Amino acid sequence: MTAQTLAAPSGGPAPRPALAPRPVRHVLTDAGTMVARSLRLVRRDPDELILGLVLPVMLMILFVYVFGGAMAVGTDYVTYATPGIILLCAGYGASNTAIAVEQDMSGGIMDRFRSMPIASSTVLVGHVVASVLKNLVTTAVVLGVALLIGFRPDAGVLEWLGTVGVVAAYVLAITSVAAFVGVLVRSPAAAGGFGFFMLFLPYVSSAFVPPQTMPSWLRGFAEHQPVTPVIETLRGLLVGLDSSGAPVGDLGPTAALALAWCAGIVLVFLGAAACVFARRRRQ
Amino acid sequence: MPTTDVLVRADGLRKSYGSPRRPVPVLDGVDLTLHRGEVLALLGPNGAGKTTTVRILATLLRPDGGTATVAGHDVVRDAARVRGLISLTGQHAAVDEKQSGRENLTMMGRLAHLPRRTARDRVDGLLDAFDLAGAADRRVGTYSGGMRRRLDLAAGLLTRPQVMFLDEPTTGLDPRSRQTMWGVIRDVVADGTSLFLTTQYLEEADQLADRVALIDDGRVVAEGSPADLKRRVGDASIELTFASADDAAVVGSAGEGAEALGPASTPAARRSVRDQGSTTLRVPTDGSVAHVRDVLAAVAATGVEPVRWEVREPTLDDVFLTLTGHAARTRDPDDRASQPGERTGPTDHGEAAA
Repeated sequence: MTAQTLAAPSGGPAPRPALAPRPVRHVLTDAGTMVARSLRLVRRDPDELILGLVLPVMLMILFVYVFGGAMAVGTDYVTYATPGIILLCAGYGASNTAIAVEQDMSGGIMDRFRSMPIASSTVLVGHVVASVLKNLVTTAVVLGVALLIGFRPDAGVLEWLGTVGVVAAYVLAITSVAAFVGVLVRSPAAAGGFGFFMLFLPYVSSAFVPPQTMPSWLRGFAEHQPVTPVIETLRGLLVGLDSSGAPVGDLGPTAALALAWCAGIVLVFLGAAACVFARRRRQ
Repeated sequence: MPTTDVLVRADGLRKSYGSPRRPVPVLDGVDLTLHRGEVLALLGPNGAGKTTTVRILATLLRPDGGTATVAGHDVVRDAARVRGLISLTGQHAAVDEKQSGRENLTMMGRLAHLPRRTARDRVDGLLDAFDLAGAADRRVGTYSGGMRRRLDLAAGLLTRPQVMFLDEPTTGLDPRSRQTMWGVIRDVVADGTSLFLTTQYLEEADQLADRVALIDDGRVVAEGSPADLKRRVGDASIELTFASADDAAVVGSAGEGAEALGPASTPAARRSVRDQGSTTLRVPTDGSVAHVRDVLAAVAATGVEPVRWEVREPTLDDVFLTLTGHAARTRDPDDRASQPGERTGPTDHGEAAA
């Protein structure tokens, strides 16, 4: 171990850091580096693997075989519940993102990133993009299991593309909320608690039972919360039915509402996350 | 070695935490300079303001008052420029446990925008130099504490920083890992990197630093070479433990009369002589057989037998006791301010205890 090895491991002069602030294109490469990092962390977390690959199977069995027999929704329950299970699994995935962000915020690595000439907020970008990719894989697993146990979508290529887009938009929305929670809270337990709330939302929607069966005060909430238009859009795209089991007519307004909800949530919560992130840096 | 070329300068840094209405002051006017090629150790107990100082200099915190520059760039206004010149290795490991050592370093190389090939060579070189080549492809979660610290240090060296900030680089390491870490740090310094380190250990400052700044309650209270500071403290002390506080008091008050306890009659040393616990006395010594014999003879002449005695090297507590007149204060009761086995709590030395 000599000074020489430190100075010039390859025989040439060691690299010098640039004096000027980094140009904008570096922000993109940095974001790419952070995405690769987050994906690697996800792949190596046993919790993530269980949530991403085992949970879809368990939930599918639970809903279709345990509850499904008692449900009268006008169609096979697997056909009715699959969109809901996709969103439920995405909720679990996003809650892990909150924990990952919190760990970065409270760990030493954020200090290092912040002391480097990079936009340290790209850490958040890495987690958010990784979460979207991760949840799309989970969605594929859910659909695979669904197909195995009798789910028969009649979607064409355009409908499938639409499905991927809507799922990605929903995942982006709840991941934005997760990123906000991650930068806001100061303990992993608090970040984990977020998952509970996110998981509750799909139940009080048209995901698993038609809202028409709910008492009117709850039905009001169920019909107007963001998960319901997302579910209705997915159901319409995949099987061409609405929550009452009737063939869906024009899906446009529902889809527009779903995407508007997602876009609004992304804007509000990513913006809030960025603000809190900047404030915690200056404190 | 110190030149007149100032690399880091802090002028009157002030910082408080807590609410604006009830601020808790942490830094109360810190002045410091680090010259190019120099190693400066900021020595002090927990809560003295070491980490806060480093965080301000490394652009992570804004000071409430005062200014700081790195290579002439203001750490607040020119933060982006400063970040291109420094590296920070904090107290908490800044590496991902789920990535391997190589992956961690490669990621840092990407973030530094090194060309792929250059990055690969640099990573290999650092893994070799830091004795991590054998574990390079294992996940960091399986590393020992010492390996983790070395990797953490290496991660700060992908681009050669002009100044490296190390916040308590060996706290919590076992003695052997600490020795290894010191060796690695010396290599980094030999390579021409200026170093600003914080430590709670006088020995560490002694081993690594050209200059030591003693920080207490958010202010630099003494500054000088390790030799200077130790001269002011006394090289070592004889620690005498008595069966009771009364016994200790008898010997302690004999201080001014007894020839061998002579150094004890200077005001600073008298404070050292005064108890650490109620039954312990300390007498500064040069460690020579003659002096130790004389001290023990003087103790024996008082007619009181200590139950135990030993010669101790000066510790952070001794430095504080001597230079500030009070024991090293620590704000966090869960953290120890100095090596195990020493009293670190607030101690009032207003009147002669002996």
